[in-house]
Amino acid sequence: MARYTLKRLIMMIPILFGITIISFAVIHLAPGEPTDLATSLNPDVTPEAKEKMRKLYGLDKPVHVQYYNWIKRIVVLDFGNSFAPDRRPVIDKIKETIPITISINILSILLIMAVAIPIGIYSATHQNSFFDKAATVFVFIGFAVPTFWLALLMMRWFGIQLEWLPISGVKSVMYDYLSPMGKVWDVAKHLLMPVVLSAFGGLAGLSRYMRSNMLEVIRQDYITTARAKGLPERVVIYKHAMRNALMPVITILGLSVPGLIGGSVIFESIFSIYGMGRLFYASVLSRDYPVVMGILVIGAVLTLIGNLLADVSYGLTDPRIRRG
Amino acid sequence: MKRALIYVLISMTLLVFSCGREDSPAGIDKNGDISSKNETTTETITVIESRDYEVKKGDSLWDISEEIYKDAERWTSILSLNPQIKDPDLIYPGQKIKIEVEVTKTVEKKVDGGVTKHYGDAIIIGSIGDASNLIPMLASDSASHEVAGFIYNGLVKYDKDYNIVGDLASSWEISKDNLTFIFHLRDDVKWQDGKPFTAADVMFTYKLMIDEKTPTAYAGKYLLVKEAKAPDPYTFTVTYSEPLAPALISWGALQPLPKHILEGVDITKSELARKPLGTGPYKFIEWKTGEKIVLTSNHDYFEGRPYIDRIIYRIIPDTATMFLELKAGGVDWMGLSPIQYERQTDDESFKKSFKKYEYLADAYSYLGFNLDNPKFKDKRVRKAISYAIDKQEIIDVVLLGLGEIATGPYKPGTWQYNPNVERYDYDLKKAKELLKEAGWEDTDGDGLVDKDGVPFEFTIITNQGNDLRAKSAEIIQKRLAEVGITVKIRIIEWAAFLSEFVSTRNYEAMILGWNILQDPDLFNVWHSSETGPDELNHVNFRNDEVDRLLEEGRRVFDQEERKKYYFRIQEILADEAPYVFLYVPDALPVVHARFHGIEPAPAGISYNFNEWYVPEGMMKYTNLK
Repeated sequence: MARYTLKRLIMMIPILFGITIISFAVIHLAPGEPTDLATSLNPDVTPEAKEKMRKLYGLDKPVHVQYYNWIKRIVVLDFGNSFAPDRRPVIDKIKETIPITISINILSILLIMAVAIPIGIYSATHQNSFFDKAATVFVFIGFAVPTFWLALLMMRWFGIQLEWLPISGVKSVMYDYLSPMGKVWDVAKHLLMPVVLSAFGGLAGLSRYMRSNMLEVIRQDYITTARAKGLPERVVIYKHAMRNALMPVITILGLSVPGLIGGSVIFESIFSIYGMGRLFYASVLSRDYPVVMGILVIGAVLTLIGNLLADVSYGLTDPRIRRG
Repeated sequence: MKRALIYVLISMTLLVFSCGREDSPAGIDKNGDISSKNETTTETITVIESRDYEVKKGDSLWDISEEIYKDAERWTSILSLNPQIKDPDLIYPGQKIKIEVEVTKTVEKKVDGGVTKHYGDAIIIGSIGDASNLIPMLASDSASHEVAGFIYNGLVKYDKDYNIVGDLASSWEISKDNLTFIFHLRDDVKWQDGKPFTAADVMFTYKLMIDEKTPTAYAGKYLLVKEAKAPDPYTFTVTYSEPLAPALISWGALQPLPKHILEGVDITKSELARKPLGTGPYKFIEWKTGEKIVLTSNHDYFEGRPYIDRIIYRIIPDTATMFLELKAGGVDWMGLSPIQYERQTDDESFKKSFKKYEYLADAYSYLGFNLDNPKFKDKRVRKAISYAIDKQEIIDVVLLGLGEIATGPYKPGTWQYNPNVERYDYDLKKAKELLKEAGWEDTDGDGLVDKDGVPFEFTIITNQGNDLRAKSAEIIQKRLAEVGITVKIRIIEWAAFLSEFVSTRNYEAMILGWNILQDPDLFNVWHSSETGPDELNHVNFRNDEVDRLLEEGRRVFDQEERKKYYFRIQEILADEAPYVFLYVPDALPVVHARFHGIEPAPAGISYNFNEWYVPEGMMKYTNLK
């Protein structure tokens, strides 16, 4: 097993290297340079000034030299400084944005699980009931409604008309003046809408998935056996059937782990939350190469680690994979 | 026993409530009260007034001044007479004279609506983008400059009517040859850490600006300085090798940085980028990236403590969210879109809580032709297109009427704006005639004009993210179809738009906009030497007379004299029609009604921000530490 893991770990190096080359090439293929945006169409900026800035950023060198310089730094885990006028270290920018993105995603996954699994089970055990049909309609709405539109509706309803929830951000303006409990309550209120909304789309998918798995499982012979033994229906469903029905669902959740750090541009923009999605989007638009590369590398590493963990755990459960 | 208990409970409750009451308007800054309520004070002010006078029989200049000053308590001097009268005896009855006089008056101090001005409260300003760097010379985005504007001062600035007035410089002299500027700096200015501000700071900042190693985009104008000197702590002089009229105001954009902090430090690594320290009315408190920037008022500011204690910049990247936040009370000041201004803020409750303002913005939009493209070489074609586009329709549809037709590169109502240039009011007949004259005619009866068998079609490009421009393009497309011209529209992402199309001149026509600067010098945009890649004359306009006028116009310092050059330039631009000037949009700021003292002027509403205040009873954030 250790050999297998080691082999997989070593394999990751060329893959990662390939990812960085492709990413670097692709973002440099996109027309426009960081200096364009800072200097273009400004009568106070001379072409000489622009050239000077290109030189200071090292953009006057050929792409392969730029890549070489970048990779030289990245092997010692130096992500460099942003090309944005703040010139801050890339790693600081990522550190600033990653916690909130991960928190919102984890909360929304927990919410999805807490709601979708019971809905799925109930729909399956009460197939074709009113609840099942209503859930189906709800699912289609969940898939079809554009989230940004729903977000604006909710903000209007809960934020302006009812005045229950704050509209945007993660903290209120007077946060620093609140008591410790007040602070917790404040953040919770702010996170409610973004978390519920980001869960909304996923909720639909997962509840359907849970429903179909459950339907499949409860038709199995061992469930019939369990019922024939005279076990109460509750035990049959929640002890015997649910465990098996949950297995594929957990695999799906596992696959969504890399998405945790990706964040969502739409959510983060609408709710004014400064997370990885917004940082990445802004960096791409401003051609802030070091930040884009930094996020891509961290994303790639996490994805590879996620895959490795999945493979290793498959290996642990299924000896055939280890030998293969 | 039971009754006694109830009495005790009631009295205790009352006691708790009454204690609570006393403390309830918590933290209102009582010391901030500058005068007691309902008190009016008087003060002496000096104003410059312009008065008209018709000379009566037997009048002497002395009589005229007597007449003119009779309603003023005290007059100081006649500043100028128009027409210039050199000999006092040469005035004749019936002559109309415009006289500018400086008058000293005692006036009652305006106390808004009988409410006393108070210090305190906070204003939350909504901003689409976050700042990037609070060292002004290193930032290129408007959010950074806006925030830095509260923290730093320039040597000079524009007042509410766009006159240049002193800021850190109390006065200045310009040598007779217009080459040397001597700035006399204020001696009562302190950095926000208490250190005195001197000419050495200005000198240091100037040197930093022109330093090769400073990654600034704005060194251009300062590189033209031949020599800079700081002969004493409160004098700063610069000498140019050629006269340059916009030079004076360029010293408003040079915002001195503290030498005592930055000396010997690599500016790109300086802490000031995130924790600025200036001389301005507001001091920096904190910056949470992507979330907010907080400033607090500088009690030692040389022009006096600003009334509003706190400025909070909230970064809200989505305009719809920002608008909802405004309605929910999470934002006090933002710019509205035409549709928000006209349709979504028209209810009574909104009008009660907010004040909307409307005035012409310092910007215009245009349809620019690539003049090197054979299709647009003929002036008659460009004129025909100008006639075929209904500018008022674009304003009515796209801006919901909130704007004015642009006729040139200046804002209507400013001194440099020439109102008498050739206008292209919507006229299909004239457009068709001009096209015919230029050889474009519908020869095959398909409704499209053609020349040598080739139909007239071209592509308008514009940038993504600007809805107004995309909609304008569609209206233009529809109107040009009426004269038989086929227009295609391409909307391109901003960075690609700039690098692949604009700087390489790889386009036929484009819709874009310019900000209108206060100085009329437009050398970079219209001079034929500026047509290279990356340069700003991206329509490749070349005209010898305009070149000459631009070169001479920037050497002249007298406003009336300069006006002649720029009036002529506008006439030529109108006649040559390298752009179809479309519109000057309105700026549509909205501010919460609790803020008083806002007086819209040609420069907008923010010029007197330090005078804005919130009456005591209307304050919202009272427990600021």
